[in-house]
Amino acid sequence: MSPQLVLVIAGLTVREIVRRRILWVLLGLSVASVVLVGWGTERLVTLARADGIEELQVRIGVSQVLILIAFMFSFVLAMSAAFLAAPAIASDVETGTVHAMLARPLRRAELVVGRWLGLSVIVAAYAILSGLLAVAVVALVSGHVPPQPFVAAAFLAFQAVAVLTLALALGTRLPSIAAGAVTVVLFGLGWFAGVLGNIAIAFDATALARAAEWLRVVLPTDGLWRGVIFGLEPPAVLLLAAGRSTQAMAANPFYAGEPPPLAFVAWSVVWVLLVLCAGIALFRRREL
Amino acid sequence: MTGNPAIETRALHKAYGRTIALEALDIRVEPGEVFGFLGPNGAGKTTAVKLLLGLTRPTAGEGTVLGRPLGDLGARRRIGYLPELFRYQAWLTAREVLELHARLAGIERARRGLEIERVLALVGLTDRADDRTGGFSKGMLQRLGIGAALLGDPALVILDEPTSALDPVGRDDVRAIIRAAQERGSAVLLNSHLLGEVERLCDRVAIVNKGRVVAAGALATLLGQATVRLRVTDLPDDLGSLGTFGEVTLEEDWLVVRPIDPERIPELVATLVRLGARVHAVDPGRRSLEDLFLGLVRDGETAATGGPASTTPDASRR
Repeated sequence: MSPQLVLVIAGLTVREIVRRRILWVLLGLSVASVVLVGWGTERLVTLARADGIEELQVRIGVSQVLILIAFMFSFVLAMSAAFLAAPAIASDVETGTVHAMLARPLRRAELVVGRWLGLSVIVAAYAILSGLLAVAVVALVSGHVPPQPFVAAAFLAFQAVAVLTLALALGTRLPSIAAGAVTVVLFGLGWFAGVLGNIAIAFDATALARAAEWLRVVLPTDGLWRGVIFGLEPPAVLLLAAGRSTQAMAANPFYAGEPPPLAFVAWSVVWVLLVLCAGIALFRRREL
Repeated sequence: MTGNPAIETRALHKAYGRTIALEALDIRVEPGEVFGFLGPNGAGKTTAVKLLLGLTRPTAGEGTVLGRPLGDLGARRRIGYLPELFRYQAWLTAREVLELHARLAGIERARRGLEIERVLALVGLTDRADDRTGGFSKGMLQRLGIGAALLGDPALVILDEPTSALDPVGRDDVRAIIRAAQERGSAVLLNSHLLGEVERLCDRVAIVNKGRVVAAGALATLLGQATVRLRVTDLPDDLGSLGTFGEVTLEEDWLVVRPIDPERIPELVATLVRLGARVHAVDPGRRSLEDLFLGLVRDGETAATGGPASTTPDASRR
């Protein structure tokens, strides 16, 4: 594989997203959301303090609101990543743009990896910037700073990259709309399975818990989302939770008492690479 | 490099499921030659081109391009290709599209700028070089595609329907461009169903129909030797002395000599007059490529459907 050609394609991908104003639309929407979040949090905090609610409780409330916002943002981010990555190869095949390019001494693997690299840079940068901006605005209006905002942002970006990898790989074989839709559905299922699995743990439903555990291995996006929560969960909540059974707490989809295990993070990296390789293999076999 | 044919295929076969797109394709294109690849829509021309470039894989058979196996990366470095759909990134300018292709083709940075300017001028897009291709007409996109295919003086240029979107002026330009590419040493595979184009440009042609080559060879050979038809009255009974010109037949009022050296037609007329015949009309000619093409393609249709041969329209054409 030629690194130069991969970079040519990655650069082309970044330029495409910038030129087609997709990036600016996304950034505009995030700035609007962050402004809204800032305003809402400010109102919440002001009203709570006016009612004489204890500062610790206010902070805990804000922290949970922030996790909820992060959850919604992660969903929007996953959708954006899926619909950005699904057509990256699929629509080039549909329109025929790819034929002229692949008649050149460009390997299909170089095209796929270049596309993946360009999209990953854009999506990761967007996730980290928007995520940290939201955290900063909330900190400004409420004084609440989550314990590990960078860890949270990194997991958010990782989750988005996992989603875009899946969409890109599916798009090497499926039409772009189908690849995007399948990715979003799988992502939703993954999250749902994660929630269900945690409830299963709380109620000792071993078989269901094991099935959910497997699903988390097959599709690690929900596991990565737990990393986001962990980065945002304030120590106060962890302390409060420490008194209760961890089993019961596990059922809460917006709670994470510990970071995703290192083995899981390592597996997620391998998963992304495996999906990317599968996408390359599928694309190499495709008749154009 | 020298000595290798630009393209050589042996029994190249491609099936998509049950549909046979190409059946036993044997063609050979020599370096520096303009080769016409003709056929009706759906005959397998584009499939053949995609096989040559490695965009699809053959079901059976083999071939070489510039002496290398089909789809070989090194060979692709020396091929320029205009796809049938000629779509380029709409959000890039014409110059940026060419820059992208020059980089993908591995043209050194130092040469790229000059090469892009040369190609832009060649296809007449210098004035629009910095406009995004999203606003281009189909004809301009096709010119851009031809320009991209000619970047870096490739040893083989494959043009899939290069004039489908062009007006007569554009077509004339493209003919000149193809001749210039040939003079610069490129072999050209011209995929087309525009017969006039092919007749004017190509040294040799192959005609495909339903995935098969139904005729191939030098144009002169395929179109057959020259013929002359004369309307003559008061013919002498003994036409034996005309045998030196060619085979003589009588078709109603017409005397047909086939084949004949066109240079000897005046001498034939003089001989007839000397024999006492009155010559009313002389109609020299040869089959046009269109007649040949329609004959072959329609024969294929009737053969395939088993219909009566008498309905073949070209039987009543002459």
